[in-house]
Amino acid sequence: MVTEYANPEKFSRLARPFIPALGAMSVLLFTAGLYYALFNSPADYQQGETVRIMYVHVPAAWMALFCYAAMAGASAAGFIWKHPLADVAAKATAPIGAVFTALALVTGSLWGKPMWGTWWAWDARLTSVLILFFLYLGYIAIWETVEERARAARLAAIVAIVGAVNLPVVKFSVDWWNSLHQPASVFRAGGPTIHESMRPPLFFMAFAYMTTYGALLLVSMRAELAARRLARLETLATEKISGVRPE
Amino acid sequence: MSGLVAIVARDVVLALRAGGGAVQAALFFALAVLVFALAVGPDLDTLAELAAPVLWTAALLSTLVSLDRIFQADFEDGSLDVMIETADLLELVVLAKAVAHWLTSALPLIIAAPVLALLLNLPQEGYGPLLLSLAIGTPALSLIGALGAALTLGMRRAGALVSILVGPLYAPTLIFGVGAAKAGLEGAPSYGPSLLLLGAVTLFAAALAPLAGAAAIRFNMR
Repeated sequence: MVTEYANPEKFSRLARPFIPALGAMSVLLFTAGLYYALFNSPADYQQGETVRIMYVHVPAAWMALFCYAAMAGASAAGFIWKHPLADVAAKATAPIGAVFTALALVTGSLWGKPMWGTWWAWDARLTSVLILFFLYLGYIAIWETVEERARAARLAAIVAIVGAVNLPVVKFSVDWWNSLHQPASVFRAGGPTIHESMRPPLFFMAFAYMTTYGALLLVSMRAELAARRLARLETLATEKISGVRPE
Repeated sequence: MSGLVAIVARDVVLALRAGGGAVQAALFFALAVLVFALAVGPDLDTLAELAAPVLWTAALLSTLVSLDRIFQADFEDGSLDVMIETADLLELVVLAKAVAHWLTSALPLIIAAPVLALLLNLPQEGYGPLLLSLAIGTPALSLIGALGAALTLGMRRAGALVSILVGPLYAPTLIFGVGAAKAGLEGAPSYGPSLLLLGAVTLFAAALAPLAGAAAIRFNMR
């Protein structure tokens, strides 16, 4: 089944209807999520109203990790099985993941100033997420620098796979070190510790981010495939005109 | 195995005879420390506190600027092609290249470090932890650097790209290295745990960097 959709033409055609569907879902989920987050959820007894920043921050941080894992996974798939769409998916994921990471860093900083009294602290969680951001930028830089596509894809895949070492460090940094950042309160052994009333906005927002990622990924992948096709056609046309390869 | 030793020996001899590679590394290291010290100012207490971080940062920077020496010359004159064709395992070639880089670029720094630490007013009990942490940590810098050099092989303007790629991967080495080296300061924790983690980083890099570096070279030389 996986190889069946490896044909770029077929993939582009099948992905087309998913884009408006995912986009509409994302708009609905964001509307519901933001309504809950901003109006229909309680202020925290310690954090006050600033807890509402969390509904933007926490899913963004999840997506930062998820996108990198997806990018490294797709890179590995491209590396091992030479699946023609894997590199396209990994390349398309990178800028989206980088933006989620930046969003997590910025919103965390905005929340940290009133709560911790500082914009930034060089502790394990914050530092490892900043490193994650730079890993994304390094991955993008490889694609920007290497002109030949196949070579760029292979080299970028190595960078993504090696950088995946950082993922468990980000995830467990709050458990391994004494961090200013609070430990996990949703996905943890023994059930979530976050209060019931705060779960709906968080999950609406999480699914809103997820569908946004899905829609943007498909748009970006289709654009990349179209660009490749265009480049190929241009080469063929040039060859025909210049008579390098007469038909 | 003998091929590995031969590559290391060849690179060390080349570095020693052809235009002072080892001396240059130490000179750059000294210059970086000098620049830091000038920026910090002459206050001896501040310098003592910053000595270990400054020496480690300078070591990291001088490793970064010497990375193009690992493969570039061999790539340009065709020696690398011969090594790829004749070596049983390209991974071992990468490892040998990293070892040679450490011997010619990092070892001179470790020898120069005590003198520079003196200028930075490092307390006496700090010398042991500093040298130990440099000895254990700098191999990781060379190994990860060899991976970065392999990734950017033959590219124009590779210098900036290699820094972007390698910089984030250097973070654990720097954090644990400075953590261990600071142990000589008053009130600093014992250096045992940091040193063990630093050793773990180096071993991890020794396992991963040759594999990834060899893969990168294969794709770049195709």
